Amino acid sequence: MWKWLHPYANPEVSYHFTNKLLPWLSVLSAIFLSIGLVWALLFAPADYQQGHSFRIFYIHVPAASLSMGIYFAMAVAAFSSLVWQLKLADASAAAMAPVGASFTAIALITGAAWGKPMWGTWWIWDARLTSELILLFLYLGVIALHNAFEDKNLAGKAAGILTLVGVINIPIIKYSVDWWNTLHQGSTVSKLGKPSMSLDMLWPFIFCFIGFSLLVGVIICLRFRNEILARNSIRPWVRELVKNNSSQ
Amino acid sequence: MNPRRKKRLAIVGSILIGIGIVSGLVLYALSQNIDLFFTPSEITQGKKDTGLKPSVGQRIRIGGLVVPGSVKRDPNNLKVSFKLSDMAMPIVFNDSDPMITVYYEGILPDLFREGQGIVANGTLAEHPPTGLSIEASEVLAKHDENYMPAELAEAAGQKHDKATYSDKQLQSKDN
Repeated sequence: MWKWLHPYANPEVSYHFTNKLLPWLSVLSAIFLSIGLVWALLFAPADYQQGHSFRIFYIHVPAASLSMGIYFAMAVAAFSSLVWQLKLADASAAAMAPVGASFTAIALITGAAWGKPMWGTWWIWDARLTSELILLFLYLGVIALHNAFEDKNLAGKAAGILTLVGVINIPIIKYSVDWWNTLHQGSTVSKLGKPSMSLDMLWPFIFCFIGFSLLVGVIICLRFRNEILARNSIRPWVRELVKNNSSQ
Repeated sequence: MNPRRKKRLAIVGSILIGIGIVSGLVLYALSQNIDLFFTPSEITQGKKDTGLKPSVGQRIRIGGLVVPGSVKRDPNNLKVSFKLSDMAMPIVFNDSDPMITVYYEGILPDLFREGQGIVANGTLAEHPPTGLSIEASEVLAKHDENYMPAELAEAAGQKHDKATYSDKQLQSKDN
């Protein structure tokens, strides 16, 4: 596997790889999102208790689980950057942080909008909501550290350490509803056994979830490509690329 | 792997393990405080691990299921009282279970129903006939992780009507 992965440590190879990946991801994400969102928001049945308000589930849950997923991916990148000193891993972590922060913010905002009509409050300091807010602060800290140093290697190291320290928050968010009494309900989909949802509500969710995941892939690829170019701007292959693009 | 990388791996690994242990211990120590609410049995008998018990006059949150048939609403104003019992699966209500009466004045959340999970914020008080009670200033509805269309819920015999208010009841709030 290492032999297969090795060429991607080269920025130029990675740049061309993301270029090839991007159209596929974009098209698939558009297909899944348009089917999933139309199905979820217009055709899925309303919930017996919550009525149509429950449809915010289809945005809230993918955003929340992706906010954790992106953090985990960022932690893996930070780990490999600290141990193997891969410069590209730093670039990918820097590309992921703002995307993760946005999805955390989306999860918090849609959660508040859902909580007001259903629970009767925008916000409550229960374990799930508080740990998700901490995740947002961790993301903001990582973004700040990536931009705090002139030297990108130093910045990557500092941000990587913060990322690894914060990774302990991920299982806390995931299991907060099982470990403690919370106002937030337990997991519907991501749990052992059968999802607590009827199938005609679950299918649109699966489409939405895959669609949002692919969308995250698209945004991260775009940002990663930019990071590679910005960090290698003095290399001849980047200059070549710019020259070819402007002469077309 | 070369020795430098091995050393870095050891350092990063031990930092991660150390943080894991520290936060595990901190969370274990704080676990009583992280709970959002007391359940009715925890109010009467104390918490399972520590025996921590709230005292009368203390401001606490209580969480439990609204006992069917226990909701009493005043027809002239927004005063309401209901009993809460522990959330347990499967849902059964026995008269012998520890129950706490909640007194509240105000509009209940949309999801308030008999048999529904509720979190109420208020002071613990002692009412001689009914035992311990909560004078609530806020009532929040807790919904579960089950979602289903109305037809399915009706087939399963689930109630899903929400409380309605007369004009008289609503006017009493302004006075």
